[in-house]
Amino acid sequence: MVVHAGAIPSHIVTNLTWRQESQRERISTGIDEVNSVIEGCPRGGITEITGPLSSGRTTLLHSILAEAARLGDWCAIVDATNALDPTSAAAAGVDLSRMVWIRCDGDASRAMKAADLLIHAGGFGIIALDLCDVEPQVTRRIPLSWWFRFRRAIENTPCVLIVLGREPNAKACASLLVEMQREAALFKGANGFQRLDRARFQVTAQKPPRPTAAFEARALE
Amino acid sequence: MYACIHAPDGSEQKGADLIDVAKSFSPLIEIVDRNTIVLPIDALRRYIGPPHQIASEIARRAAERKITGNIGIAHTIETAILAARNLSGVTIIPKGAESKYIGEFRIETLPIDAETYSVLDRWGIRTLADFSALPDDEVAERLGPAAIRLQQYSRGIADRPLKPAPLGAEYEERFELEHEVSLIEPLLFILGRLLNALCDRLRSRSLATTELHLRFDLANRSAHDRTLQFPFATRDSKMMLKLLQLDLEAHPPAGAVVAVMVSLTPVKSRVLQNGLYTPLAPEPEKLELTLAKIRSLAGEENVGSPQLLNTHRPGAWKMRSGAMVAPAAASVPCSRGGGQRIGFRYFSPPARARVELDNGVPRRVFAKRISGDVIQAAGPWRTSGDWWTNESWDRDDWDVALSDGGIYRLVVERRMDAWFVEGAYD
Repeated sequence: MVVHAGAIPSHIVTNLTWRQESQRERISTGIDEVNSVIEGCPRGGITEITGPLSSGRTTLLHSILAEAARLGDWCAIVDATNALDPTSAAAAGVDLSRMVWIRCDGDASRAMKAADLLIHAGGFGIIALDLCDVEPQVTRRIPLSWWFRFRRAIENTPCVLIVLGREPNAKACASLLVEMQREAALFKGANGFQRLDRARFQVTAQKPPRPTAAFEARALE
Repeated sequence: MYACIHAPDGSEQKGADLIDVAKSFSPLIEIVDRNTIVLPIDALRRYIGPPHQIASEIARRAAERKITGNIGIAHTIETAILAARNLSGVTIIPKGAESKYIGEFRIETLPIDAETYSVLDRWGIRTLADFSALPDDEVAERLGPAAIRLQQYSRGIADRPLKPAPLGAEYEERFELEHEVSLIEPLLFILGRLLNALCDRLRSRSLATTELHLRFDLANRSAHDRTLQFPFATRDSKMMLKLLQLDLEAHPPAGAVVAVMVSLTPVKSRVLQNGLYTPLAPEPEKLELTLAKIRSLAGEENVGSPQLLNTHRPGAWKMRSGAMVAPAAASVPCSRGGGQRIGFRYFSPPARARVELDNGVPRRVFAKRISGDVIQAAGPWRTSGDWWTNESWDRDDWDVALSDGGIYRLVVERRMDAWFVEGAYD
């Protein structure tokens, strides 16, 4: 049977048409070098920041939270392993009075449930899920359905879900995947009177693929 | 003028509802009895209109509470009461026409004692019109001065000031259970009903609350008290019920419950002016409810907003668990002046470490999941303080870059003479 296009009702044609993803608003990372490569974190999507210890994941997160604070957004950190240092976050410019911190005592499932409740509560500009110190064997067991649920819950909201980890967890559900590497730790001063001065980190966007950028961060004084 | 609402239902709940209806029109009401309430309506003329419109508005609000009864409006309190008690529907008595409306009422409708009644009965006085027709001097001579007052009532001209109901315990509800209840779920039904009544009362007076107090009287003669503080003024009974449920699940009563008492502290309601350019923020009610759910999941001490303490102790902070309400305006975060700062993350708990030293400087570090040669080290930074308290500290800090690629902070607890890896720069 031949069906002519003119015979199909227009609303069916509309429903079957491939939906183009609209251009999403982005929150700046607060680091010019990184912004020049990834143009910020897309609102309504999952941003994954991965890398080994001391690769600058927390530094980048603090910088994004500080940018959100500058915009007046509320933030939430779901801290799976109680790793947040409020002192260094405040020094980075994070507004602690507009931040909800949830400490999960090393329980990844509790962290996922807390993140789910926060996402569905709405109203947050950024929700960060910190799984950096959770063993990869544990994070790999998180069902992919959780990440699909998160993506679906935030896709039409102005919220950014940032997931920190040693390796990618959200995988296909992430709108932006950033891989971090430490380039160098720079100590300053004469031998015996040194202090940690700066660290240099590398940022590579894996999804969508982008060239590598590098930035420096100074130690607290 | 005065309006009298008479609802011959008799139940305690209807009586409370009747008070709520009357209070929604005037803060000054006189509770004549459980079924009868009087309120002044002169001031309402400016807001609602003439007496018949006031009467229909009172009837409408009473109908919302499923109260059926009569309304009497008159220039004196006693006439309004007589009209409401003896005439069905709405009765508006104009000034000077009182005897026309109430003259046919039986003499028993007056607040009259038995002795006076028997005398009047012997005289053949059956109605108020008969009584009002008697000469004043003769009545005073035979029945005393109190009878003169009664005669003025019967003529509809006896005026007296309103006796306002005393304030207090207005936002408190108590429910005695017929049987002991030990499960939370059935109690929630009762709590929901009490909260609905209290919140309706708040709403009718344009008030809200910031504190809820719950008391269970237990079968073992003890009491279970819980107080919930809200960081914002609210009268959302559903939200309060959910918060109570979460609180009771975390702190259940120590025995079966025989009575429930809920009280709310009234405060002025919130006034919010939202704008198109107001930054994104969670709704306070939703945020409070979400945090309560997360507190039941992660523990009360693990949820809140961090607050830095004014001390030299490294990493000193405390969790501010209550009052998660956005500041009036977005506070400007402290300047980062001079670029990015390296983030730090704690290991919880700190990892006990074995450190090999070379001339007092760490050369090799071994801890759980951390080991490597020290490539660069900076330190020691010695700090101590609070020696006059039980929470004193005395420690040396080292920043080290290890061969495994990490930059760590090592801490020597000088009192224990032990090394720990406190966290890592990340």
